[in-house]
Amino acid sequence: MTITLGHFLTVAAILFTIGVFGIFLNRKNVIIILMSVELMLLAVNINFVAFSAYLNDLMGQVFALFVLTVAAAEAAIGLAILVVYFRNRGTIAVEDINLMKG
Amino acid sequence: MTVASLFFYLFSVVACASAVMVISSRNPVHSVLFLILTFFNAAGLFILAGAEFLALILVVVYVGAVAVLFLFVVMMLDVDFTELRRGMLSYLPIGGAIGVILLVELILVLGSWHFSSGAGAVSEPILAGGKTTNTEALGLILYTKNFFYFQVAGLVLLVAMIGAIVLTLRHKQGVKRQNIADQVARNPATAIEVRQVKPGQGI
Repeated sequence: MTITLGHFLTVAAILFTIGVFGIFLNRKNVIIILMSVELMLLAVNINFVAFSAYLNDLMGQVFALFVLTVAAAEAAIGLAILVVYFRNRGTIAVEDINLMKG
Repeated sequence: MTVASLFFYLFSVVACASAVMVISSRNPVHSVLFLILTFFNAAGLFILAGAEFLALILVVVYVGAVAVLFLFVVMMLDVDFTELRRGMLSYLPIGGAIGVILLVELILVLGSWHFSSGAGAVSEPILAGGKTTNTEALGLILYTKNFFYFQVAGLVLLVAMIGAIVLTLRHKQGVKRQNIADQVARNPATAIEVRQVKPGQGI
């Protein structure tokens, strides 16, 4: 029994679904939501690497590298905004984030 | 069952289980630690797929930087996390429904897809025979053909760094700070004042 592309895609699909589910489950906690977004980006990266390996094409790995870069930048900015918000309001509950009355 | 497939199942089962623990654990510190475990197992999957460089970058960047950043923020903020978890069970049905729908859709796609006829035309073939390592091959196309994207990625990281610093830096009022320009501009004429003190009176 060898590992095929379908195996990798299934794992990525399960991880992506867990990420989406986490956003719905922890609707109040911004930190867990950010972690769920990281999980979803990881699932996308697994897809890129699996297709890169099975199509014998290195561009997928290059693109996964760029996804990794953007994910790191997103986490840094998101957590910085979270820290500033906590300093101003003393809470991180999502439903209290209504300063801009949007 | 070969060793590779055994390790594939080990890594993927642990990755999925710890991903479930990330979203469901009671303590956010445990969530971050399970996120680190997920990333380690995903790095194992990357190595099985033949992307060694990306696997180690994943460990360095995510476990070394992003997860530690999460850990710092979780421990630094004095948040009542049990209060945030209240009402979580009321979101379970709709979240579960959407998750199941998404999973069914993805499985349907997985069951019926096929490569298009043009997919055989690879742009950057992975050289077989082990002449170049994965890292070397990545470097050969990253710094030549994709140099512009590489620079843009660097710019994104720079903007993120400056943005994070600007957002979180704060100047406290009433703190004495060193003023180097003032210090350097001091000379005897401005620093010393000669007064004639009369005896018994003081200044």
